[in-house]
Amino acid sequence: MATLHTVNKSPFERSNLEACLGHAQPGDAILLIEDAVIAALSGTAFEGKMADAARTMRLAVLGPDLAARGLDPAKVVTGITVVDYAGFVDLAAETKATNAWL
Amino acid sequence: MDDMESGVVKKFMFVNRKAPHGTVYALEVLEMVLISAAFDQDVHLAFLDDGVLQIKKGQTPAGIGVKNFSPTYRALEGYDIEKLYVEAESLAERGLTEDDLLVPVEVLSRAEMGRLMAGMDVVLTA
Amino acid sequence: MAYTSNGATIEADEEGYLINISQWNEELAGQIAQDEGITMSPEHWEVVNFLREYYSEYQIAPAVRVLTKAIAKKMGPDKGNNKYLYELFPYGPGKQACKIAGLPKPTGCV
Repeated sequence: MATLHTVNKSPFERSNLEACLGHAQPGDAILLIEDAVIAALSGTAFEGKMADAARTMRLAVLGPDLAARGLDPAKVVTGITVVDYAGFVDLAAETKATNAWL
Repeated sequence: MDDMESGVVKKFMFVNRKAPHGTVYALEVLEMVLISAAFDQDVHLAFLDDGVLQIKKGQTPAGIGVKNFSPTYRALEGYDIEKLYVEAESLAERGLTEDDLLVPVEVLSRAEMGRLMAGMDVVLTA
Repeated sequence: MAYTSNGATIEADEEGYLINISQWNEELAGQIAQDEGITMSPEHWEVVNFLREYYSEYQIAPAVRVLTKAIAKKMGPDKGNNKYLYELFPYGPGKQACKIAGLPKPTGCV
């Protein structure tokens, strides 16, 4: 059964996205929230890593956190889904456990 | 504060390195900058690393229940704080360009930013 | 503390600044002014409305110095000076006019 991983810190500042990507299993879901949403955008230094992860895992980013930071949901890396709060709840409901990488 | 009271003007630099909204640092520094304007010092603002996101256009944080303080950066000019610097490498790493920013800035390389910082009397980083 | 306006209770801090700017209305402004010993004239309204526009654009209440300069820029030096503004708002155009305009106490007002 899959796990939902949430990451809330910018990968430019902390290593928790890297740690999460290094430990999450194929079939798991990773949701980027708060300051981690920058990692969902194309054109950043993390685009390659995110695109790789999207091949084996379900990647999502929280839309209201993108909007808060003026980041365009149309510019997220292919394979990353933009979800709202209801989508966050759905992800939690569809997975066995949640792991918050704080 | 002795120097300020005696009319000595020092070169201050506030260095912003954190993304807005996820933590309170950006807003706290902005308030400190506005207050510092009352002391007639030579104030410089630097945005580097995730700090460049503080002045990203189009921020609408109502959906996460946070006040949108990004328009306040545009008020800095009225406070005679017009020396704003952004690090080019930080923009590039995040897929951003100068056009994504909501205030006029001077874009500097990391090396240039380092030299500018070295010439300050007081540097405050958050 | 709190004000009562049009039958509604409107919360304010201990100095009388509104907690929620969206609850402001002109009747309430007149009431706050009266508490401050000010009878609102068109000249008072001009400053109060200017402050509300400033807040809506920049999301802060300006420091007095900044307000004075901004008024001078928009309405000319006859109005954008300390003497004119302090005659209208004797206890400080920043503090008093912001309170009447429903804004928070000016940032940088120490």
